[in-house]
Order: sequence, then C-alpha cells, then structure tokens
Amino acid sequence: MSDPRDLVMRLDRITKRFGALTANDAISLTLRRGEVVALLGENGAGKTTLMNILFGHYVADDGRVEVFGEPLPPGNPRAALAAGVGMVHQHFTLADNLTVLDNIRLGTESLFSRGASRATARARVEALSRDFGLAVHPDARVGSLTVGERQRVEILKALYRNARILILDEPTAVLTPQEAEALFATLRRAIAQGLSILFISHKLHEVMAIADRCVVLRHGKVVGEVATAETSGAELAAMMVGGEIALPEARPATAGKVLMRLDGVTTPDKGAAPGLKRVTLDLRAGEIVGLAGVSGNGQAALADLISGLILPGSGSVSMDGPLARWSPREAIRQGIARIPEDRHKTGTIADFTLTENAVLEGYWQTGFSKAGLMDWRAAESFAEGIIAAYDVRCPGPAARIRLLSGGNMQKLILGRVLEPGPKIILANQPVRGLDVGAIAYVQSRLIAARDGGAAVLLISEDLDEIMGLADVIHVMSEGRLSPGFARGSKTAAELGLWMAGQGFDHAA
Amino acid sequence: MRLDPIAAPPLSRQIGLPALALVATLLVAMALALIAGADPLATLGLIAKGAFGSKFAALETLNRATPLIFTGLAVAVAFRAKLWNIGAEAQLYAGAIVAVLLGTGALGAPLVLPVSALAAMLAGALVLLGPVVLKTRLGVDEVVTTLLLNFVMLLFVSYLLEGPMKDPMGMGWPKSPALIKEARLPRIVDGLRLHWGFALALIAAVVVWVIQSRTTLGFEMRAVGQNREAARFAGMPVNVVLVKTALLSGGLAALAGWSEVAGLKGHLSSDLSPGFGYTGIIVAMLALLHPLSVVLSALFVAAIFVGSDSMSRAAGVPTYIADMLLATALLFMVLALMLTRYRVVWK
Amino acid sequence: MSDLFDILLSVSFWAAAIRIASPLIFATMGELICERAGVLNLGIEGIMVIGAFAGWMAVYLGAPLWLGVTAAMAAGMLFGLLHATLTVPFGLSQHVVGLGVTMLATATSYFVYRLALPEVTSPPKITPFAPMDLPVLSDIPFLGPVLFQQTALTWAALICAGLVGFVLFRTPLGLAVRAAGENPAAVEAQGLSVTGLRMGAVVVGSGLMAVGGSFLTLSAFSSFFFEMVNGRGWICIALVVFGAWRPGKAVLGALLFAAFDALQIRLQQTPLGAHLPYQVFLMAPYLLSILALILMSRRAEVPAALMVPYRKGER
Repeated sequence: MSDPRDLVMRLDRITKRFGALTANDAISLTLRRGEVVALLGENGAGKTTLMNILFGHYVADDGRVEVFGEPLPPGNPRAALAAGVGMVHQHFTLADNLTVLDNIRLGTESLFSRGASRATARARVEALSRDFGLAVHPDARVGSLTVGERQRVEILKALYRNARILILDEPTAVLTPQEAEALFATLRRAIAQGLSILFISHKLHEVMAIADRCVVLRHGKVVGEVATAETSGAELAAMMVGGEIALPEARPATAGKVLMRLDGVTTPDKGAAPGLKRVTLDLRAGEIVGLAGVSGNGQAALADLISGLILPGSGSVSMDGPLARWSPREAIRQGIARIPEDRHKTGTIADFTLTENAVLEGYWQTGFSKAGLMDWRAAESFAEGIIAAYDVRCPGPAARIRLLSGGNMQKLILGRVLEPGPKIILANQPVRGLDVGAIAYVQSRLIAARDGGAAVLLISEDLDEIMGLADVIHVMSEGRLSPGFARGSKTAAELGLWMAGQGFDHAA
Repeated sequence: MRLDPIAAPPLSRQIGLPALALVATLLVAMALALIAGADPLATLGLIAKGAFGSKFAALETLNRATPLIFTGLAVAVAFRAKLWNIGAEAQLYAGAIVAVLLGTGALGAPLVLPVSALAAMLAGALVLLGPVVLKTRLGVDEVVTTLLLNFVMLLFVSYLLEGPMKDPMGMGWPKSPALIKEARLPRIVDGLRLHWGFALALIAAVVVWVIQSRTTLGFEMRAVGQNREAARFAGMPVNVVLVKTALLSGGLAALAGWSEVAGLKGHLSSDLSPGFGYTGIIVAMLALLHPLSVVLSALFVAAIFVGSDSMSRAAGVPTYIADMLLATALLFMVLALMLTRYRVVWK
Repeated sequence: MSDLFDILLSVSFWAAAIRIASPLIFATMGELICERAGVLNLGIEGIMVIGAFAGWMAVYLGAPLWLGVTAAMAAGMLFGLLHATLTVPFGLSQHVVGLGVTMLATATSYFVYRLALPEVTSPPKITPFAPMDLPVLSDIPFLGPVLFQQTALTWAALICAGLVGFVLFRTPLGLAVRAAGENPAAVEAQGLSVTGLRMGAVVVGSGLMAVGGSFLTLSAFSSFFFEMVNGRGWICIALVVFGAWRPGKAVLGALLFAAFDALQIRLQQTPLGAHLPYQVFLMAPYLLSILALILMSRRAEVPAALMVPYRKGER
C-alpha cells in the first residue's frame, strides 16, 4: 500500500487567495491507485476552489499538483484531461441541445480532422455504459434526461477519455438516496478497474460509506486526515465545524389556523422541470412546513406559484377566501415574504445600492413613493433600519450590493421581506452557500418568525436541514406532494424512498 | 487573458478611462488625416474652427445638436431598460410626417404647435410599439424589427412625398408643402439662426433625468434593464414597463423629426435626417446613457459633423472622417466603460 | 392573375431569384456560423459594405476577379476580428459593438472611396463575373438557363452553404463550435478554448459576409455606390432565425425570399404595379423579413448561449 509507485496524485501546499480571503491555505493531499479519498468540509471551506485549481479553471497562488509523478501545468484544463484527470462538476457542464454522444465526443478528437465515425464512437460509449453500469441512451438529447442520467453522462465523458482519476464534486447533492446507491456501485466498479477517486462532499454518512480515507477542510485549511475505518461520523462532524455548530434550538410549534391552502393545484410543466400535480397543502400560522426532495421535482413550480410568478392551471389557492388575482405584487400585498432560491439572479440587482434593493419590492407603497415620485430619503432610512436590525455588514446604504458577501446579501433580503411583518414566509434554499454563522442567523430568524405566528414554507435539498427545522415534512417527487409527516416520525431513509417516488401510488 | 472584477472602482478610473477613450479617438483622427495627406494637427484645428470658430459655426453646431439630443435621449432611455431601439430613424420620420400633417393648415395658432408636438410624440411611440409588442408577446428580437422598420418608413416617406404629401409648387422635387408660419418654431433670439427646438431638447433632457432618478417609473425602467428576472420577481410589471419605455423613447425620437421640420427646415423631404436616428446610439453611449450628459455628447457629435464638413472643404479630407471617428469613439467608449469595472490580467 | 403565372413560369424570374439569393446565402451562412458559436454579429451590414467596396476596389485597381473576392474576404475578416476581440475576450455588449462595427466599416468604405476617387460623380464600372456557360448542362430546357448560366460566385455560394453544413454537423470542429453556442462551460470542461472557437467563428463568418457583399459589386452591379447594401445584412439576420439556425433551411429561406424579391420587381411592370405605388413593392422584402421573424418566433431553437458572454470560472 505504501509503494510510491501507487501514488497517482499529490497536492503540495496549494494556496489560493481571493483578495483578503484565503480560500485554500497550504493544502496537501495524496491519492493512491484504487483508493477513494473524501474531501470533507462545510460550504465555504474551500472544496470547490481546490477542485477548480486541480482542473485548471483557477491558478493557484502557490503550491503544485503532481499527477503520476509529473507536475501538472497550472490553469490548463486540457493538460489535466491529458494527464488522466476526469472531473464531474456539481453544476453539470453539458450542452442541453446536443445528444449524449455529441457531449461525450466533444473535444476528444482533433478539431481539424474528420473525426472517428459515429458508429465507432457509439460502440465505445455503449461498452463503457455496460462495464460501469451507466445506462443512458447515446442518441438522447441531454435536455430530455433526468438529473441522474446527466450525471452518468458526465462520468461517461471522463471514462471515454480514459481518465484514471475521477474527481466528483458533491455528486449526490442532486440524487435521491437510491440513485446515490447506484452511483456508489458505479464508483466501486471503477475502483476495481484501478481508477482512483477524489470524492468531495459535506455529507458524512456518504463519506463513511464510500471513502477509504477522509481529508477534512475548514476555513481553507486541512484540519484532519483519518482512515474511515478508524473514525466515526461524530468525530468527523466535530472536525468539520470545529465546535461552531449552532443549530438553533427549535421549540415545538403551536400550529394555528390555516393561512394558505392549496387544493388540488396543477401547474404546467416548464421544459424539463415538472409542474405541480394535484398538490394539496396547508400552511398554518406558527408552523414550519419543510419541503424535501431532489431539486427539479416541482419545488420551483411551487415556489413560483406562491411567489405569484405563475397561476394554478387547475385547482385553487386560497388565503382568507379564494384569490381573485395573483401576481408577485399581489403576493406581496397579501403579506407573503418571499426569499428566492437565487439571491444573485432573482433576489437582488447587483449594481443597485442597498437602498434600492431594500425597496425593490415595496417601492410603490405609500411611504416610499407618492404620486409616482420616489421618496429616496424614506427608502434610505428603511435600508439603514435593516442594516442595523439584521446585522448587515456593509459600507453603507449607498454601496452597491454586489460588494456584499452572500450572507450579508441574504440578511438584506431577509430584512426586506420580514420587516413588513408577513403572514406567510416562503424560504427557498435560504441558507445554501452561506457560511456557518450566517446559516445559524437565517435559521434563527425563521424560527423567530414562526414563533411570532407566521407560516413558514422551507424548501431545501438538504434533508438534514429540513429534518432539523421543520415541524411538518412533505416530500416532492415529479411534481407530486407526499402527505405531511410530523417532525421525527420518519427516518431519512424513509423520506428517501418518497423522494425516489415510492409511496405516491398508494397515497394518490 | 482574464478579466478580474474590481469591487469598488476608484473615481480616477471611472473618469480617466472614458477620457482616455476620447483622447484615443483624437489620435485616430490625426492618423486618418495623415492617411488623407493632410497635416494632422491642422486638421483637428480646422474641425474645431468649423464647429465653434464663428457665431455662425457655433449656431450651426447647436442646430445640428438639437435632433441629436432628442434621438440620443430616445436611445439612452431605451438602452437603460435594455430595450434595443435601433429604430429612432423611423420614429423621427413619424414625428416629421405629423409636423407636416398638422402644420400645413389643418390647425391654426395657438393650438398647432403643442398639439402637433404631442401628436408627433404619439406617432413615434406607435412606431416603436409594434416591435415592442412583438417582443413582449412573441419574443421577436426588437433589434432586427426596429432596424427593418427604418427602411420601411423611409420608403413610406418617399411614397408620401411623391403622392399625397407632394408639394404642388415643388417643381417636381419630392418634398412636402411648407409649414404655415404659426406651425413654425420661432427663433430663440431674433436674428440668430437658432430655434426653440434646441431649448425644448434641453428641457427634454432635464425631464428624462427627473423621470429616471426620481420617479417609480424610472426606478422600474432601471431595474428592468439591469436584471429583468429580479424585477419580475420583485413584482414589477416588466412588460408594461417596457411598453412605457417604448412610448417615451419613440416619442423623444419623434420630437427630433418634428423639431427639424417645425424649427429648421419648414418642410419634409426624404433627406431630412442624415442618420440622426443611428447617430443617436453614439450620442447615448458616449453619454454613458445619462440624460444630462446626452446634451454634452450631442454637442460633441454635432461639432464633429459640422466641423468635418467645413474642414473637408478646406483640407480635402473626406467628410466621412466624421462617421469613422464617431464609430471609433463608440467602440473605445464601451471598452473604456468595461475596463472601469474589470482589470485585465495577462497570464 | 395571368401576369403572375407568366412571371412564375419564366426562366428569367427563376434565374433572377437565384442571382438575388447568392449574396444573401453567403452572408446568412456567415451570420449563422457566428450565432451558432454564441455571438450575434450586428456588424454584418457594415461588413457587407466593406466587402462590396474592397472587392470592387481591388478589381478596379487591376486585380483579377477572384483576387477581388479574396480582398473582400480579408477586409471582412479584419472587421470580424475587431468585433470578435471586443465581444469575446472582453465580453462587451454584442448589440452595441455590432452596430459600432457596422458604422465603422461603412464609414471606412466611404472614406477610402472618396479618398481614392475624390472627383468621381458617376461610379466607375468594372468587368464583373460573366455567367458560366456550361456546355450541355446549360442547354437543358428551363433548368439550363436557370441553374447553369449563373456566375461562378453564385455556385460558390451554394457550395459554401453545403460546406458550412458539413463542417458544422459532421466534423469535430463543427461540434465544438455548436457546443460553444450552447454551453461554453461544457466546451471549457472538455479542454477546448471557448475564446478561440468563438473568435474563429466570428472571423470566418465575417469573411463570408464580406464575400456576400462583394457579390453585389463583382457579380451584380459592377460598381460601388453608397447605400448599395441597403439593409441586406439585417435581412440575413432574419433569415438565420427563419432557417432555425440550420444551413439548409436558411438557404431555402434565402431562395424563397429572393423569389419574392424577384417577383415584386416584375409585378411592378404589370397592371397591378401601375395601380400601386412602387414603394409598396420595395417595402416587401423588409416586411417579409419581419413576417418571417414573427412566424418563427415560437418554433425557432435559439442557441442557448447566444449573446451570453463567457468568462472563465464565472457561472
């Protein structure tokens, strides 16, 4: 095992800074033939930065990477590919309008050649699919594939290039527990064939299941390295968060009256994203409803519906009686606080000031404007109020919001929607990509709002987050909504079966 | 090569780079003069002299700037909301047609001027409304439709001038009858060849500035332009905002044609605009889409045109040097604008 | 009505349609390549002007016709390089840069023309491409004169369209170009340079646009005059949409469009033409283009990354 010839990859004191932030601080790591090494760490620990350096998307400020004993030239994805490094990105790098085969072949042949025949290429892809258990049709358009199938295409891309080292970035984030099992089976076959795997994750149980060795990152530094066999989940968790863990203590809820009711609501599909299929859901005062599920299973449609962006195709939505009109502005008027999934694209306007972003959805209300004229002074004092009350770290209300960190941006959005005292809160992935401190802050605000009598709908892909916060859990799969499960009444595995679509047939 | 965003660009960069773009344009001007076999510095001097060297020249520059302020504002308003109105030329002619329709006796004083101005704005707005409705309803790209409508409108004007709107006393020239005296914009100062259209353009710039910075509509237009998805999510009626933007933009462009007919020419001919609509794009971009700067940039652009005409007669450098310079200035300026916010890193 | 049939059955009508289509085919193919790679090239109108001018100027100065075409292509590629540099690595607005390139290329053509021929009032003529008179083939009734008495440049246009289709859909290079227009991140992840592919596509595409422009001077009108391109570039952009970004369909679109254009010219000579002002006929091409855009608006499959600048490492 300690034969140096077995060493396939070595990172030596990789350092990368972004301005004042040191994303990677002298990270060293080795990978041997036939080994699975897990790179474990919280969001923001520096995992993705390291990946991007490995693959040549970023150039490290210091340190070096060796693959099979040869130094890897920095900033050159082509060299990484040639050296036998294959990467499966968290956000797939596939062209939707091209076929599976085209996506796999892309860049594998000399551009100015005629290229191998389609039949030859297809035969190779089919052989790889068979050998590694990666079923996917070579002529299917990628846009028509499920998320799990797309991931298989990503892995096939690497295998087609004869990759000897596979790097997977949060590969299970988009999979059901059952799909994740199938992925693990594929990875085991790959190891058996002598490939090596670097597996990046923040999910402890997966790491325990697949990895031989764990390297734990925190704040850009390696804080520990242990053989999986000699450690426990608890020990790894402690290493990951370093005692900062502060999941807010959730007091049991005292649910009140129904504030919003969806009754048999169906919405049209939007491309590959499914719409809602006869969804019935109650949101009650003083209760957090958690919506679990693999992303792309109708959560977006539900969020859009409650945000006012789309109308129900059939079925009804009622709040104190049926809704006559429905639009984003009507939703705001009815007292719905909407925390959007993507705070950069949907939640804020990057080049607007904090003041402008603070009144982005309330500017038309009296107080901020009169007869079509803006009252910027009132808007600015509103923004200053949020900055103070929600601890938004910023140069001031006149600063452009693009200068803020994700956490501070989210706090401003939180202030914007919570200040008016909403009846209903739609929190769509409210803590994704935030650091530990900001996560605790956002979650405590949501719990406080619940305790104050608001109905909260929490949408998240992170089952742990849902199980920790929600009083009632629903699962979505292909646009269908499971019955509500009280806190603690279902295990993660049981919820996983619902996420995979089992159970609906009986329930429906 | 890589571009690194600069979090908070210093003021020196924000002012220095656009200034550098203008300097670079002047260098190009000198190079072109050299190519044309003229003395570079003398050519620049002749352009400046031609634009501002005499009272007559300066007034000519102000007159030339008037329609450019209007079309520049029209483009600036639209581009702010990322509405790609490249059809200011067509909207300009719509305004000019209305000026003739109502100004040749259909209406008398004192109604004719205000009514025909408003009607002209309405006509210009309607010309842009078509492409915008196609965009919001069907997703048809407005760049191509507005561009193509320019050609349609020019042919329509040609038809009018050879048919229903032909001047019976025009000795066969395709031009409209002259406006009645009451329908003409008076001169600002007696004896000086500068009409009230110029003052109106300045007022329009201030009004647009107030709309953009002080009204809810202006806030919506800017939000829609910066990030349509976030604006929609925040409850802004994006399509309504785009339509309102189009009405304002088309109306402003129409005033350019209206004031040229009512203020300067007194009649409509198919060479009324030497591309004022297209030049409006340059004016707006050089002004960084700011309505008050549009006035300055229109003066600059007008000076280049007027100055080049006069320089061309004296130095023999083709007058198209003006168009080359302005196109160069446009490209330099968008580059400079980007470089205020990104640093180029060569690795 | 019988006039219409007379026109549709005449050899000269169909020959004219193919002739009118030729420059459009070149330029449409050029724009199609750019857009397939993810770059909208609004420089097309000006690049056609500079192509028309450079091709004519070279021949006027004594170069053989094919050298004129080459000169046009080189001039087009130069302005394409300008467009590509500003929009691809620098990521500037493709709308603004495109219009700027159109203005610059047009002004440059006029400036140099005036510089070279300051005194000229009526534009000088050159000897254009002659129709190829292919033995046997051109004697086939109807088809012979329609297809085989065209100039070599028309044939080049058709061959060019076939070549573009072949490269885009049957070679690794074409796959890479299309992928750059669909998802640049996918291209980068496979070790290819998005910047290189997009710049290459814009430069080559602009070269084709310029050749399209040169058809006007070297094969159609024999001389260069101002405003001769007259919106053909914008029409080609509409044709790319109409052809759903597919070379074959775009060629059909160009032929259809040219047939309408040839038809309106002939209809002007009929009694109908006497009733309607000639401007109505001249408007037809532009209105037809707008109509094409409306018809295709719901169906067209736009390249997913069209007009989206790509910066490494940004998502």
